[in-house]
Formats: sequence, structure tokens, C-alpha cells
Amino acid sequence: MTEAVLEADDIVQFLGQGAGRVQALKGVSLSLRGGELALLMGPSGSGKTTLLSILGCLMTPASGTVRIAGRSTEGADPETLAKLRRDHIGFIFQSYHLFPTLTAEENIRLALDVRGDSSRRAVEAARNVLARVGLGHKRKSRPLELSGGEQQRVAVARAIVGNAKAILADEPTGALDTENGQAIMTLLAEIAKDPTRAVLVVTHDPRTLPFADRIIQIEDGRIVGEESPNPARKASNS
Amino acid sequence: MSLKFRLASRNLFHDRLRFVATIVGIVFSIVLVTVQLGLYVGFRRMVTTMIDHAQADLWIMPTGTKCFEDPSLLDERQRFRALAVKGVTGVTPLVIGYAQWRLPTGTTTPVFMVGAELDAASLHPWNVVAGRLDDLAIPGAVAIEQSYFERLGVGAPGDTAEIRDQKVQVAAVTKGIRSFTTTPYVFTDFDRGHAYTGIPANKASYLLVRVAPDADVDDIRRDLRASLTDVEVLTTGEFRSRSQSFWLFGTGAGAALFGGALLGFIVGTVIVAQTLYSSTKDHLNEFATLRAIGSPGNYIYTVIIWQAVLNAIIGFAGAAAVSSAVVGMTADSALPVTVTPALTVGLFLLTLVMCVGSAMAAIVKIMRIDPTLVFTR
Repeated sequence: MTEAVLEADDIVQFLGQGAGRVQALKGVSLSLRGGELALLMGPSGSGKTTLLSILGCLMTPASGTVRIAGRSTEGADPETLAKLRRDHIGFIFQSYHLFPTLTAEENIRLALDVRGDSSRRAVEAARNVLARVGLGHKRKSRPLELSGGEQQRVAVARAIVGNAKAILADEPTGALDTENGQAIMTLLAEIAKDPTRAVLVVTHDPRTLPFADRIIQIEDGRIVGEESPNPARKASNS
Repeated sequence: MSLKFRLASRNLFHDRLRFVATIVGIVFSIVLVTVQLGLYVGFRRMVTTMIDHAQADLWIMPTGTKCFEDPSLLDERQRFRALAVKGVTGVTPLVIGYAQWRLPTGTTTPVFMVGAELDAASLHPWNVVAGRLDDLAIPGAVAIEQSYFERLGVGAPGDTAEIRDQKVQVAAVTKGIRSFTTTPYVFTDFDRGHAYTGIPANKASYLLVRVAPDADVDDIRRDLRASLTDVEVLTTGEFRSRSQSFWLFGTGAGAALFGGALLGFIVGTVIVAQTLYSSTKDHLNEFATLRAIGSPGNYIYTVIIWQAVLNAIIGFAGAAAVSSAVVGMTADSALPVTVTPALTVGLFLLTLVMCVGSAMAAIVKIMRIDPTLVFTR
């Protein structure tokens, strides 16, 4: 059994203020283990993005605890949370969030640069990971010169270049056609083969289902079900 | 090149129109500050130009004299008491005062007379470009500044005019001895200085004291104060400071110049702050992404400060070019804009402070950034 990379225990969170205040999460517990690709699915407003924000240390829960690589985030200040993110978490966003003025290679290097690594080795690492996502020939291209699929591959490369233990993806295929969506999910599934890494994908996209080791259903701020639809893949991992 | 610097420079140059607007704002602001402070420096120099060119270690003057142009008088016989003080090697009297210069056409214009003993170390015209200083010994001879030829109705050595119904003849012509009051200085012999200003022969405006090289100026000043009455004894530095204080702050001219400089600084700060803030707002998504991928706060602040520093460097370069032209254009004017190396360094530091200070509004905005923006935009 692989170790838990990311754990959430009895997470409660409220959003909004005054009369508009709603309880977005109502005691969610979740564990993400190394070597798995989990999908977090649920209708709009079910609390998926709020949960992803809390698991990614972008938001502090009203109550409950989050542990990343065994370390609790309770009471951590914004700078400590930022350090946890840069050391352990890689993000992939639906709208990529690449820097339009930087090249593909520079966008990837940025993830290392914020860690204080601006060495020659960082440049090599960025090139290697860019080659790994199949864009070695586009390292000098800026985001606007890349297709949506290519931009998302650069975003995946940025997420994994720092050897993050947890990759959190928010609708990574939402803006892509079938072919590019499949390519991205194949990449994420490849990453999840590493027993020290886990991938959590928030998605509505049924095309992602074949890549999942586990599907977590969330509704109205609660986890309402879990299933492991791909035991063959799981078995091949272990 | 560091990635932070690269990100900062590309953010800055990405929107060229805004970048140009920012630089124009900085240039305008710094040129305004430069002109005001350059006028201040020029004014400071100009109000003490006579003191700076006089050969004196100590100045004896009537009590309460405010500046070189102050027409108070002292008894010239105090000169001999001053000469009796041990350590004093020379005392020469100087007479100054306003007079009316009558042009050959019959019209008159005011001039400021400076009468000094020609055979002693005193205050003589400098930068003589035509005629000879020695010729001032000729009866009626005067030295004038070439830039006032038209005002004085003369054009070359040998030309004549009248002061107090007495014929004067231009014997020497100087270049660059201009008065900030625009009243021309006219140099002449000590005795004729009395005659042209109407000051009694036993009076003088100043006594210029020279002391022995090994003597202590402060000791001699103390002894002079003890032996002379109704006078003040100041070192050249003290007299310079007093004159500057009077003209710059006693008249309000300095405050006006400083006020203009402050206005320029405020305008520049607001322009840079506004553009940096709007640039930061435009790149909020990117800064939120940086924060989301774990960037420390300092990393983002450094990017913004680099943008401010780049603004400062480029803006200052533009301002320096414009200011150089202004300095050149005003070089021969009554009040030239004077930019010294120290002022240049000071202005650059001021530009940096202005631009980096302006970044604070943007940094405060970033400090409040919500990294979950990356999920909603």
C-alpha cells in the first residue's frame, strides 16, 4: 500500500458573507495515495473547486485538517502555505494560466525559479520535461503561438517539473477537443504511475473516466460515493 | 538574465502605449524637478558670485548686512584699526551701490557699481574677454559685462556713456558676470566708485581682510570684533551662507523653487503609481498564478520593483536628455539652470525613490491577492 500524499479530514468551509453565506463543504474527508489518479466529480456548486482549493493550500478551511506529505497545514501562515505548495503541489488549470510574455520553456522554469532554483540545471530540467510532454521543439514558442492542447501540455510540464507529490488539476480537458483531452489525460495517467505521486482531477468530462483509478462523487458539500472503475490499471501500477 | 527581471521587463514593454505614457510622465516630472532644482543651484551660485570671486579671508561689514548687495556703509577708517590686529596682512575697502547709467541716446538704466582698489587684492572683474584690467586705472574707465552691451548702449572697449553726469569709458569687457537681479555690474576704481554712487569718501561698504597663511582665522576674527565697533566680521563661508539664506529664503524665491520641485515629484509619483497599479491589475491573473504555484511574496514584489526600477532608469535617461538641452539653452541667461554631478546623482536617486515608492500601491494590491482567482478566471 502506498503512502498518503494528501489527506483531508472532516473539512468544513463556508463561502460568502451575511445572507449570502453558504456552507460549501460539510465535513469532507479524503485521502489521496501515491500512484493513483482520482477523479473528483459532481454537479456545479457541489463544492469541487472549494475542496480543490483547500487541498491545494490556496484556501484555509473553517474547520478540519489537511496534511500534505504528512505535514498538517493547521495554523500555517500564507507564506508557509505557499512553501507547501511549491514543495509538494503542482497545479493544472482549465484555462492554463501560462504567462503570455514568457516562452514555453520560461513558463516551466518559473515553477523552479519561485523555489530559488535558477541554475543551469533548472534550464535542463525544464527542457527535459518539455520534451517529455512532446513539446521539445516548441520551447521558444510563446503561449499565443501554441494550440490549446499544447498550452495545456506546457501547464502539465510546469506542474511536474518540480517533482510535486500531488498534482491537482481543475477541468484540465474542459477547453480541449477529444484528441487533445485524451493526450492530456494520458500524460496525467503516466505521472500517476509513479508510486510517490498522486493526481486528483476535478472534472465533468466523461471522456476522462477510462483513466481513473478512483472516482469520488461529491454533492452538496459531501462525498456521496467512491468507486474504482479501472482495477486493471490499478493492478498494473502496484 | 534572471527570470524575475525578464518577467518584469516583458510585463512593462508588453503594453507599449502604457509604457510610453509612463515614461513621458516620468520624463515630464523629472525635467520639472531638474529645472526647479537647477534654478535653485544656479540662483545659489549667482547670489554669491561676488563673494566667491573676492580675495578675502574675512569680511568686515556694517552690523546687520544681509547680503552682498546690501547698501549699508561703515567708516573706512576702521581699516587702520583692523590692520593693527596681529595676523592681518592686508585690508582693502570695497564700495558698492546703485547708480544711473546714461546711454549715448540720453536714456538711463540702473547699474550696480563695484569700486575696488586696483593695486590690491580685492574684488576685480574676471573673465575679461576684451580690453585690459590695468586700463581701469585710466580716469573714467569701467569694466562691463558683454551680455549687457545692448542695455548699456555700448559695443566695445572705448565706447562711452555717463554716470552721475561724469563721462565713463569702457576699458574692459567681461563674459559671464551676470546678475540675477538683471541689473548690470559695473566695475571701477575705488575712488570713482564713491563718485559714481555718491557715497561719501570716508565710507566703504566692506573691508576685505587677508590673514597670514599660518594664522588662525577664528582667532583673528575674535580680535577684530574686539577692536572694531558697529561692525560684523564674517568668514567668506559665513557671508556666503548669509547671502544665500537672505535671497533664497528671506525673499521666498527658494521656497518657490522647492515648491515647484515638490510639485514635479508628486506629479511623477502619482503618474508612476497609477500606471504601475493598472499594469499590476492587468496582470493580476499572472500574479495569482505565481502565488498559486507557491511563489513567495518577495518574489512577486521583486518583479514589481524591477518594473519600477526599469521605469526609473529609462525615464531618467529621457529626462537627462531633455534637461541637458534646457541647461544648454539657459546657459547664457540671467538665471541659468545649473546641474552639478551631485545634483545628477541626487535626481537619479530621487527618480528611483519616486518609482519604487510608487510601486507600493501595486504591492499592497498583490498582498491582498486571492490565489483562488486561478480557478475562477
